[in-house]
Amino acid sequence: MSKNEIIENINKLLVEDFEIDSDIISPNAKIVEELGIDSLDFVDIVVFIEEEFNVKLGTDDFKNVVTLQDFYDLIEKKSK
Amino acid sequence: MNRVVITGMGIYSCIGKNIQEVKKSLYEGKSGIIFDEKRVPFGYRSCLTGMVDKPDLKTHLSRRQRISLGDEGSYAYLATCEALKNAKISQEFLDENEVGIIYGNDSTAKSVIESVDKIREKKDTTLVGSGAIFKGMNSTITMNLSTIYRLKGINFTLSAACASGSHSIGMSYQLIKSGLQDCIICGGAQEINELAMGTFDGLGVFSVDTKDPSKASKPFDKRRDGLVPSGGGATLVLESYESAIKRRAPILGEIIGYGFSSNAAHISTPNVDGPSRAMKKAIKQANLNTSDISYINAHATSTPVGDSNEAKAIFEVFGNNGPYVSSTKSMTGHECWMAGASEVIYSMIMVLNDFIAPNINLKYTDEDSSKLNLVKTTLNKNFDVFLSNSFGFGGTNSALIIKKLIS
Repeated sequence: MSKNEIIENINKLLVEDFEIDSDIISPNAKIVEELGIDSLDFVDIVVFIEEEFNVKLGTDDFKNVVTLQDFYDLIEKKSK
Repeated sequence: MNRVVITGMGIYSCIGKNIQEVKKSLYEGKSGIIFDEKRVPFGYRSCLTGMVDKPDLKTHLSRRQRISLGDEGSYAYLATCEALKNAKISQEFLDENEVGIIYGNDSTAKSVIESVDKIREKKDTTLVGSGAIFKGMNSTITMNLSTIYRLKGINFTLSAACASGSHSIGMSYQLIKSGLQDCIICGGAQEINELAMGTFDGLGVFSVDTKDPSKASKPFDKRRDGLVPSGGGATLVLESYESAIKRRAPILGEIIGYGFSSNAAHISTPNVDGPSRAMKKAIKQANLNTSDISYINAHATSTPVGDSNEAKAIFEVFGNNGPYVSSTKSMTGHECWMAGASEVIYSMIMVLNDFIAPNINLKYTDEDSSKLNLVKTTLNKNFDVFLSNSFGFGGTNSALIIKKLIS
Protein backbone atom coordinates (compact mmCIF):
# COMPACT_ATOMS: atom_id res chain seq x y z
CA MET A 1 0.00 0.00 0.00
CA SER A 2 1.39 3.41 -0.98
CA LYS A 3 1.88 6.20 1.52
CA ASN A 4 -0.95 8.12 -0.13
CA GLU A 5 -3.30 5.19 0.28
CA ILE A 6 -2.33 4.90 3.93
CA ILE A 7 -3.08 8.58 4.49
CA GLU A 8 -6.34 8.35 2.60
CA ASN A 9 -7.54 5.30 4.56
CA ILE A 10 -6.58 6.69 7.94
CA ASN A 11 -8.26 10.02 7.21
CA LYS A 12 -11.36 8.18 6.05
CA LEU A 13 -11.40 6.21 9.33
CA LEU A 14 -11.12 9.39 11.37
CA VAL A 15 -13.92 11.15 9.51
CA GLU A 16 -16.36 8.29 8.93
CA ASP A 17 -15.89 6.08 11.99
CA PHE A 18 -14.55 8.48 14.59
CA GLU A 19 -16.82 11.28 13.37
CA ILE A 20 -14.00 13.86 13.42
CA ASP A 21 -14.59 17.05 11.41
CA SER A 22 -12.55 16.75 8.18
CA ASP A 23 -11.59 20.44 8.44
CA ILE A 24 -9.34 19.79 11.45
CA ILE A 25 -7.54 16.83 9.89
CA SER A 26 -4.02 17.79 8.81
CA PRO A 27 -0.60 16.08 9.12
CA ASN A 28 0.41 18.42 11.94
CA ALA A 29 -2.78 17.96 13.96
CA LYS A 30 -2.09 16.60 17.42
CA ILE A 31 -4.04 13.36 17.79
CA VAL A 32 -5.00 13.66 21.46
CA GLU A 33 -5.18 17.40 22.01
CA GLU A 34 -6.63 18.49 18.68
CA LEU A 35 -8.48 15.50 17.27
CA GLY A 36 -9.81 14.43 20.68
CA ILE A 37 -8.69 10.77 20.40
CA ASP A 38 -8.63 9.18 23.88
CA SER A 39 -7.05 6.04 25.32
CA LEU A 40 -10.11 3.93 24.45
CA ASP A 41 -10.07 5.17 20.85
CA PHE A 42 -6.50 3.88 20.43
CA VAL A 43 -7.82 0.36 21.10
CA ASP A 44 -10.29 0.74 18.24
CA ILE A 45 -7.57 2.19 15.99
CA VAL A 46 -5.52 -0.97 16.61
CA VAL A 47 -8.51 -3.07 15.51
CA PHE A 48 -8.95 -0.95 12.37
CA ILE A 49 -5.27 -1.11 11.42
CA GLU A 50 -5.29 -4.90 11.74
CA GLU A 51 -8.40 -5.21 9.55
CA GLU A 52 -7.45 -2.57 6.97
CA PHE A 53 -3.66 -2.95 6.67
CA ASN A 54 -3.15 -6.40 8.18
CA VAL A 55 -0.64 -4.78 10.52
CA LYS A 56 -0.46 -5.87 14.14
CA LEU A 57 -0.07 -3.00 16.58
CA GLY A 58 -0.17 -2.82 20.34
CA THR A 59 -1.36 0.23 22.21
CA ASP A 60 2.32 0.66 23.26
CA ASP A 61 3.25 1.42 19.65
CA PHE A 62 1.50 4.78 20.01
CA LYS A 63 3.86 5.97 22.77
CA ASN A 64 5.77 8.28 20.44
CA VAL A 65 2.87 9.20 18.20
CA VAL A 66 1.89 12.82 18.74
CA THR A 67 0.71 14.12 15.36
CA LEU A 68 -1.20 12.55 12.53
CA GLN A 69 2.05 12.57 10.51
CA ASP A 70 3.66 10.39 13.22
CA PHE A 71 0.74 8.01 12.85
CA TYR A 72 1.05 7.79 9.04
CA ASP A 73 4.81 7.15 9.43
CA LEU A 74 4.22 4.42 12.00
CA ILE A 75 1.83 2.53 9.73
CA GLU A 76 4.15 2.91 6.74
CA LYS A 77 7.08 1.55 8.76
CA LYS A 78 5.06 -1.35 10.19
CA SER A 79 3.55 -2.35 6.85
CA LYS A 80 6.91 -2.81 5.19
CA MET B 1 -41.29 10.49 54.57
CA ASN B 2 -41.58 11.80 51.01
CA ARG B 3 -44.44 10.92 48.72
CA VAL B 4 -43.10 9.31 45.52
CA VAL B 5 -44.64 10.04 42.14
CA ILE B 6 -44.14 8.96 38.54
CA THR B 7 -43.44 11.94 36.29
CA GLY B 8 -42.31 10.26 33.07
CA MET B 9 -42.55 6.97 31.20
CA GLY B 10 -40.98 5.58 28.04
CA ILE B 11 -41.19 2.22 26.34
CA TYR B 12 -39.64 0.27 23.47
CA SER B 13 -41.47 -3.04 23.22
CA CYS B 14 -42.75 -5.66 20.81
CA ILE B 15 -46.22 -4.09 20.94
CA GLY B 16 -45.04 -0.53 20.24
CA LYS B 17 -42.02 1.75 20.10
CA ASN B 18 -43.50 4.46 22.30
CA ILE B 19 -46.31 5.10 24.77
CA GLN B 20 -48.85 6.02 22.07
CA GLU B 21 -48.23 2.90 19.98
CA VAL B 22 -48.33 0.68 23.06
CA LYS B 23 -51.58 2.26 24.23
CA LYS B 24 -53.22 1.34 20.92
CA SER B 25 -51.91 -2.25 21.03
CA LEU B 26 -53.04 -2.75 24.62
CA TYR B 27 -56.51 -1.46 23.84
CA GLU B 28 -56.78 -3.62 20.73
CA GLY B 29 -55.33 -6.70 22.40
CA LYS B 30 -52.58 -6.97 19.80
CA SER B 31 -49.83 -9.59 20.12
CA GLY B 32 -46.13 -8.88 19.43
CA ILE B 33 -45.08 -12.53 19.17
CA ILE B 34 -43.38 -14.01 16.10
CA PHE B 35 -41.62 -17.25 15.08
CA ASP B 36 -37.86 -16.57 14.85
CA GLU B 37 -36.44 -18.77 12.07
CA LYS B 38 -32.87 -18.13 13.30
CA ARG B 39 -33.56 -20.23 16.38
CA VAL B 40 -34.33 -23.40 14.39
CA PRO B 41 -30.76 -24.28 13.29
CA PHE B 42 -29.52 -23.10 16.69
CA GLY B 43 -31.30 -26.03 18.34
CA TYR B 44 -34.15 -24.28 20.10
CA ARG B 45 -37.08 -26.34 21.29
CA SER B 46 -39.31 -23.28 20.88
CA CYS B 47 -38.61 -20.49 18.37
CA LEU B 48 -41.42 -18.18 19.49
CA THR B 49 -40.40 -14.75 20.75
CA GLY B 50 -41.42 -11.14 21.07
CA MET B 51 -39.41 -9.05 18.61
CA VAL B 52 -38.36 -5.41 18.29
CA ASP B 53 -36.43 -3.61 15.53
CA LYS B 54 -32.75 -2.96 16.12
CA PRO B 55 -32.52 0.74 16.93
CA ASP B 56 -30.34 2.96 14.75
CA LEU B 57 -28.83 5.46 17.17
CA LYS B 58 -26.47 7.20 14.74
CA THR B 59 -28.42 10.44 14.86
CA HIS B 60 -28.84 10.24 18.66
CA LEU B 61 -25.41 9.37 20.01
CA SER B 62 -21.70 9.77 19.25
CA ARG B 63 -19.54 6.86 18.15
CA ARG B 64 -18.01 6.52 21.63
CA GLN B 65 -21.47 6.34 23.17
CA ARG B 66 -22.80 3.88 20.58
CA ILE B 67 -19.99 1.33 20.68
CA SER B 68 -20.51 0.73 24.40
CA LEU B 69 -24.20 -0.06 24.02
CA GLY B 70 -25.45 -3.59 23.42
CA ASP B 71 -28.99 -4.41 22.33
CA GLU B 72 -30.49 -4.10 25.81
CA GLY B 73 -28.71 -0.77 26.31
CA SER B 74 -30.09 0.56 23.01
CA TYR B 75 -33.64 -0.35 24.00
CA ALA B 76 -33.15 1.20 27.44
CA TYR B 77 -31.71 4.37 25.90
CA LEU B 78 -34.71 4.89 23.60
CA ALA B 79 -37.17 4.25 26.42
CA THR B 80 -35.25 6.70 28.62
CA CYS B 81 -35.27 9.40 25.92
CA GLU B 82 -39.06 9.20 25.84
CA ALA B 83 -39.41 9.07 29.64
CA LEU B 84 -37.21 12.13 30.21
CA LYS B 85 -38.99 14.04 27.46
CA ASN B 86 -42.40 13.22 28.93
CA ALA B 87 -41.14 14.15 32.40
CA LYS B 88 -39.94 17.48 30.96
CA ILE B 89 -36.42 16.82 32.20
CA SER B 90 -33.71 18.54 30.15
CA GLN B 91 -29.94 17.99 30.15
CA GLU B 92 -29.64 21.30 32.00
CA PHE B 93 -31.80 19.91 34.80
CA LEU B 94 -29.65 16.76 34.95
CA ASP B 95 -26.49 18.90 35.07
CA GLU B 96 -27.78 21.03 37.92
CA ASN B 97 -29.45 18.37 40.09
CA GLU B 98 -28.53 15.07 41.70
CA VAL B 99 -30.53 12.64 39.58
CA GLY B 100 -29.82 8.91 39.97
CA ILE B 101 -30.37 5.67 38.08
CA ILE B 102 -31.31 2.16 39.21
CA TYR B 103 -32.09 -0.11 36.28
CA GLY B 104 -33.03 -3.76 36.08
CA ASN B 105 -30.91 -6.05 33.91
CA ASP B 106 -29.74 -9.63 34.40
CA SER B 107 -27.79 -10.61 31.28
CA THR B 108 -25.65 -9.40 28.40
CA ALA B 109 -25.29 -12.78 26.70
CA LYS B 110 -24.88 -11.63 23.11
CA SER B 111 -22.21 -9.04 23.90
CA VAL B 112 -20.22 -11.44 26.06
CA ILE B 113 -20.42 -14.37 23.65
CA GLU B 114 -19.50 -12.31 20.58
CA SER B 115 -16.52 -10.76 22.37
CA VAL B 116 -15.17 -14.06 23.62
CA ASP B 117 -15.66 -15.64 20.19
CA LYS B 118 -13.59 -12.83 18.66
CA ILE B 119 -10.76 -13.27 21.18
CA ARG B 120 -10.83 -17.01 20.57
CA GLU B 121 -10.57 -16.44 16.82
CA LYS B 122 -7.94 -13.67 16.84
CA LYS B 123 -5.92 -14.82 19.86
CA ASP B 124 -5.47 -11.16 20.74
CA THR B 125 -7.60 -9.41 23.36
CA THR B 126 -7.00 -5.92 21.96
CA LEU B 127 -8.84 -6.86 18.76
CA VAL B 128 -12.11 -7.18 20.67
CA GLY B 129 -12.31 -3.37 20.60
CA SER B 130 -12.88 -0.84 23.34
CA GLY B 131 -16.66 -1.13 23.57
CA ALA B 132 -16.76 -4.84 24.41
CA ILE B 133 -16.27 -4.57 28.16
CA PHE B 134 -18.88 -1.83 28.56
CA LYS B 135 -21.40 -3.86 26.56
CA GLY B 136 -20.63 -7.09 28.35
CA MET B 137 -20.95 -6.18 32.01
CA ASN B 138 -24.26 -6.73 33.72
CA SER B 139 -24.36 -3.07 34.71
CA THR B 140 -24.08 -2.04 31.05
CA ILE B 141 -27.29 -0.03 31.10
CA THR B 142 -26.60 2.04 34.18
CA MET B 143 -22.95 2.65 33.25
CA ASN B 144 -23.93 3.80 29.77
CA LEU B 145 -26.99 5.89 30.62
CA SER B 146 -25.29 7.54 33.60
CA THR B 147 -22.47 8.58 31.27
CA ILE B 148 -24.68 9.67 28.36
CA TYR B 149 -26.87 11.79 30.64
CA ARG B 150 -24.04 12.83 33.01
CA LEU B 151 -26.01 11.67 36.06
CA LYS B 152 -24.79 12.62 39.53
CA GLY B 153 -26.90 10.54 41.92
CA ILE B 154 -27.28 6.89 42.89
CA ASN B 155 -25.99 4.61 40.13
CA PHE B 156 -26.33 0.84 40.08
CA THR B 157 -27.93 -2.07 38.25
CA LEU B 158 -30.41 -4.33 39.94
CA SER B 159 -30.37 -8.02 39.04
CA ALA B 160 -33.28 -10.06 40.35
CA ALA B 161 -34.17 -12.32 37.43
CA CYS B 162 -37.66 -11.64 36.07
CA ALA B 163 -38.45 -9.25 38.93
CA SER B 164 -35.46 -6.95 38.15
CA GLY B 165 -37.54 -4.15 36.63
CA SER B 166 -40.07 -4.20 39.45
CA HIS B 167 -37.46 -4.17 42.21
CA SER B 168 -35.68 -1.28 40.45
CA ILE B 169 -38.87 0.76 40.86
CA GLY B 170 -39.24 -0.48 44.44
CA MET B 171 -35.68 0.42 45.43
CA SER B 172 -35.93 3.83 43.77
CA TYR B 173 -39.19 4.38 45.64
CA GLN B 174 -37.50 3.56 48.97
CA LEU B 175 -34.60 5.95 48.33
CA ILE B 176 -36.87 8.84 47.39
CA LYS B 177 -39.34 8.08 50.19
CA SER B 178 -36.56 8.20 52.76
CA GLY B 179 -35.23 11.49 51.37
CA LEU B 180 -31.90 10.17 50.10
CA GLN B 181 -32.69 11.12 46.49
CA ASP B 182 -35.19 13.44 44.83
CA CYS B 183 -35.32 11.95 41.38
CA ILE B 184 -34.31 8.54 40.00
CA ILE B 185 -34.49 7.04 36.51
CA CYS B 186 -35.51 3.40 36.84
CA GLY B 187 -36.77 0.58 34.66
CA GLY B 188 -35.75 -2.65 33.04
CA ALA B 189 -34.40 -3.92 29.74
CA GLN B 190 -34.07 -7.31 28.12
CA GLU B 191 -32.01 -8.38 25.11
CA ILE B 192 -33.75 -10.38 22.35
CA ASN B 193 -31.54 -12.81 20.45
CA GLU B 194 -30.87 -16.50 20.08
CA LEU B 195 -27.71 -16.33 22.21
CA ALA B 196 -29.58 -15.01 25.25
CA MET B 197 -32.46 -17.45 25.56
CA GLY B 198 -30.94 -20.86 24.77
CA THR B 199 -30.32 -21.82 28.38
CA PHE B 200 -33.87 -20.84 29.34
CA ASP B 201 -35.29 -22.74 26.35
CA GLY B 202 -33.30 -25.74 27.54
CA LEU B 203 -35.50 -26.02 30.61
CA GLY B 204 -38.44 -26.92 28.35
CA VAL B 205 -40.66 -24.19 29.78
CA PHE B 206 -41.30 -22.27 26.53
CA SER B 207 -44.53 -22.68 24.58
CA VAL B 208 -44.31 -24.91 21.50
CA ASP B 209 -47.75 -23.89 20.27
CA THR B 210 -46.42 -22.52 16.98
CA LYS B 211 -49.53 -22.75 14.75
CA ASP B 212 -50.30 -19.07 15.29
CA PRO B 213 -47.54 -17.24 17.25
CA SER B 214 -50.00 -14.55 18.37
CA LYS B 215 -52.00 -17.23 20.20
CA ALA B 216 -49.07 -19.00 21.89
CA SER B 217 -48.94 -17.03 25.14
CA LYS B 218 -52.07 -18.05 27.08
CA PRO B 219 -51.73 -17.02 30.73
CA PHE B 220 -54.38 -18.54 33.02
CA ASP B 221 -55.87 -20.65 30.18
CA LYS B 222 -56.26 -24.38 30.74
CA ARG B 223 -54.40 -25.00 27.43
CA ARG B 224 -51.30 -22.98 28.37
CA ASP B 225 -48.09 -24.85 27.57
CA GLY B 226 -45.31 -22.46 28.55
CA LEU B 227 -44.05 -18.92 28.29
CA VAL B 228 -42.88 -16.98 25.24
CA PRO B 229 -39.66 -14.97 25.79
CA SER B 230 -39.56 -11.34 24.78
CA GLY B 231 -37.73 -8.10 25.52
CA GLY B 232 -37.16 -4.39 24.94
CA GLY B 233 -36.77 -1.46 27.32
CA ALA B 234 -39.02 0.35 29.80
CA THR B 235 -38.11 3.48 31.77
CA LEU B 236 -39.90 5.44 34.48
CA VAL B 237 -38.90 8.69 36.13
CA LEU B 238 -39.62 8.61 39.86
CA GLU B 239 -39.55 11.78 41.86
CA SER B 240 -40.50 13.17 45.23
CA TYR B 241 -43.88 14.89 45.12
CA GLU B 242 -42.21 18.07 46.32
CA SER B 243 -39.63 18.03 43.52
CA ALA B 244 -42.31 17.35 40.91
CA ILE B 245 -44.47 20.22 42.15
CA LYS B 246 -41.48 22.56 42.39
CA ARG B 247 -40.53 22.09 38.75
CA ARG B 248 -44.16 21.84 37.59
CA ALA B 249 -43.62 18.34 36.21
CA PRO B 250 -46.49 16.23 34.93
CA ILE B 251 -47.59 13.89 37.73
CA LEU B 252 -49.03 10.62 36.47
CA GLY B 253 -49.28 8.39 39.51
CA GLU B 254 -48.08 7.81 43.05
CA ILE B 255 -46.29 4.71 44.29
CA ILE B 256 -47.89 3.78 47.58
CA GLY B 257 -46.74 0.23 48.25
CA TYR B 258 -43.73 -1.99 47.56
CA GLY B 259 -43.90 -5.48 49.01
CA PHE B 260 -41.05 -7.92 48.58
CA SER B 261 -40.34 -11.45 49.70
CA SER B 262 -38.32 -14.55 48.97
CA ASN B 263 -39.86 -18.01 48.60
CA ALA B 264 -37.32 -19.99 50.66
CA ALA B 265 -38.00 -22.86 48.30
CA HIS B 266 -37.16 -24.17 44.81
CA ILE B 267 -34.83 -22.29 42.42
CA SER B 268 -37.29 -22.24 39.51
CA THR B 269 -40.69 -23.53 40.65
CA PRO B 270 -42.76 -20.68 42.12
CA ASN B 271 -44.91 -21.16 45.21
CA VAL B 272 -47.98 -19.54 46.75
CA ASP B 273 -46.64 -18.29 50.06
CA GLY B 274 -43.88 -15.96 48.74
CA PRO B 275 -46.03 -13.99 46.27
CA SER B 276 -48.88 -13.88 48.79
CA ARG B 277 -46.61 -12.34 51.45
CA ALA B 278 -45.27 -9.75 48.97
CA MET B 279 -48.80 -8.66 48.01
CA LYS B 280 -49.92 -8.48 51.67
CA LYS B 281 -46.88 -6.37 52.58
CA ALA B 282 -47.55 -3.95 49.73
CA ILE B 283 -51.23 -3.60 50.69
CA LYS B 284 -50.33 -3.01 54.35
CA GLN B 285 -47.71 -0.43 53.42
CA ALA B 286 -50.20 1.34 51.14
CA ASN B 287 -52.63 1.40 54.07
CA LEU B 288 -55.41 0.03 51.87
CA ASN B 289 -58.10 -2.60 52.10
CA THR B 290 -57.99 -5.26 49.41
CA SER B 291 -61.25 -3.85 48.04
CA ASP B 292 -59.47 -0.56 47.29
CA ILE B 293 -57.43 -2.23 44.54
CA SER B 294 -59.31 -2.34 41.24
CA TYR B 295 -56.84 -4.12 38.97
CA ILE B 296 -53.97 -6.59 39.24
CA ASN B 297 -51.46 -6.86 36.42
CA ALA B 298 -50.46 -10.46 37.08
CA HIS B 299 -46.98 -11.85 36.66
CA ALA B 300 -48.60 -14.91 34.97
CA THR B 301 -46.20 -16.02 32.25
CA SER B 302 -48.33 -18.82 30.78
CA THR B 303 -46.57 -21.71 32.52
CA PRO B 304 -48.79 -24.42 34.05
CA VAL B 305 -47.42 -24.23 37.63
CA GLY B 306 -46.59 -20.53 37.79
CA ASP B 307 -50.02 -19.27 36.77
CA SER B 308 -51.82 -21.71 39.07
CA ASN B 309 -49.75 -20.68 42.06
CA GLU B 310 -50.20 -16.98 41.36
CA ALA B 311 -53.96 -17.49 40.96
CA LYS B 312 -53.98 -19.29 44.33
CA ALA B 313 -51.96 -16.47 45.93
CA ILE B 314 -54.26 -13.74 44.52
CA PHE B 315 -57.33 -15.66 45.71
CA GLU B 316 -55.78 -16.17 49.14
CA VAL B 317 -55.12 -12.43 49.52
CA PHE B 318 -58.23 -11.00 47.82
CA GLY B 319 -60.82 -13.78 48.20
CA ASN B 320 -64.10 -13.88 46.27
CA ASN B 321 -65.13 -10.86 44.20
CA GLY B 322 -61.53 -9.72 43.95
CA PRO B 323 -60.12 -7.08 41.58
CA TYR B 324 -59.96 -7.39 37.81
CA VAL B 325 -56.92 -9.43 36.76
CA SER B 326 -55.10 -9.73 33.44
CA SER B 327 -51.65 -10.70 32.25
CA THR B 328 -50.32 -8.43 29.53
CA LYS B 329 -47.76 -11.18 28.82
CA SER B 330 -50.55 -12.71 26.73
CA MET B 331 -49.68 -9.96 24.20
CA THR B 332 -46.02 -9.14 24.91
CA GLY B 333 -44.66 -12.51 25.95
CA HIS B 334 -42.40 -12.58 29.00
CA GLU B 335 -40.15 -9.52 28.88
CA CYS B 336 -38.03 -11.00 31.69
CA TRP B 337 -35.65 -8.40 33.23
CA MET B 338 -37.81 -5.65 31.70
CA ALA B 339 -41.21 -7.08 32.63
CA GLY B 340 -41.63 -5.57 36.09
CA ALA B 341 -41.06 -2.07 34.72
CA SER B 342 -42.93 -2.44 31.42
CA GLU B 343 -45.97 -3.90 33.17
CA VAL B 344 -46.16 -0.91 35.50
CA ILE B 345 -46.11 1.27 32.37
CA TYR B 346 -48.80 -0.87 30.68
CA SER B 347 -50.95 -0.58 33.81
CA MET B 348 -50.28 3.17 34.03
CA ILE B 349 -51.41 3.55 30.41
CA MET B 350 -54.62 1.73 31.36
CA VAL B 351 -55.30 3.71 34.53
CA LEU B 352 -54.66 7.01 32.74
CA ASN B 353 -56.91 6.10 29.79
CA ASP B 354 -59.78 4.38 31.61
CA PHE B 355 -59.49 0.84 30.32
CA ILE B 356 -58.21 -2.57 31.35
CA ALA B 357 -56.28 -4.43 28.66
CA PRO B 358 -57.39 -7.97 27.99
CA ASN B 359 -55.71 -11.22 28.88
CA ILE B 360 -55.87 -12.36 25.25
CA ASN B 361 -55.97 -16.04 24.28
CA LEU B 362 -57.99 -16.89 27.38
CA LYS B 363 -60.79 -19.26 26.42
CA TYR B 364 -60.93 -21.88 29.15
CA THR B 365 -60.07 -21.14 32.77
CA ASP B 366 -58.87 -23.91 35.10
CA GLU B 367 -59.71 -24.71 38.71
CA ASP B 368 -57.52 -21.91 40.09
CA SER B 369 -57.93 -19.20 37.45
CA SER B 370 -61.72 -19.59 37.45
CA LYS B 371 -61.71 -18.06 40.95
CA LEU B 372 -60.27 -14.80 39.60
CA ASN B 373 -62.05 -11.90 37.97
CA LEU B 374 -60.14 -12.25 34.70
CA VAL B 375 -60.51 -9.69 31.91
CA LYS B 376 -60.85 -11.53 28.59
CA THR B 377 -61.76 -8.61 26.35
CA THR B 378 -60.89 -4.91 26.67
CA LEU B 379 -62.87 -3.34 29.48
CA ASN B 380 -63.65 0.37 29.46
CA LYS B 381 -63.34 1.23 33.11
CA ASN B 382 -62.37 4.23 35.19
CA PHE B 383 -60.25 3.13 38.13
CA ASP B 384 -57.62 4.54 40.47
CA VAL B 385 -55.42 1.88 42.07
CA PHE B 386 -53.60 -1.14 40.67
CA LEU B 387 -51.13 -3.75 41.86
CA SER B 388 -48.40 -5.18 39.65
CA ASN B 389 -46.81 -8.55 40.47
CA SER B 390 -43.35 -9.70 39.40
CA PHE B 391 -41.63 -12.92 40.40
CA GLY B 392 -38.28 -14.43 39.45
CA PHE B 393 -35.92 -17.40 39.70
CA GLY B 394 -34.57 -17.96 43.17
CA GLY B 395 -38.00 -17.11 44.53
CA THR B 396 -37.67 -13.33 44.42
CA ASN B 397 -41.03 -11.51 44.52
CA SER B 398 -42.08 -7.90 44.15
CA ALA B 399 -45.55 -6.34 44.34
CA LEU B 400 -46.03 -2.65 43.59
CA ILE B 401 -49.17 -0.64 44.29
CA ILE B 402 -49.73 2.54 42.31
CA LYS B 403 -52.46 5.13 42.48
CA LYS B 404 -53.53 7.43 39.67
CA LEU B 405 -52.62 11.02 40.48
CA ILE B 406 -53.05 13.56 37.76
CA SER B 407 -51.55 17.00 38.27
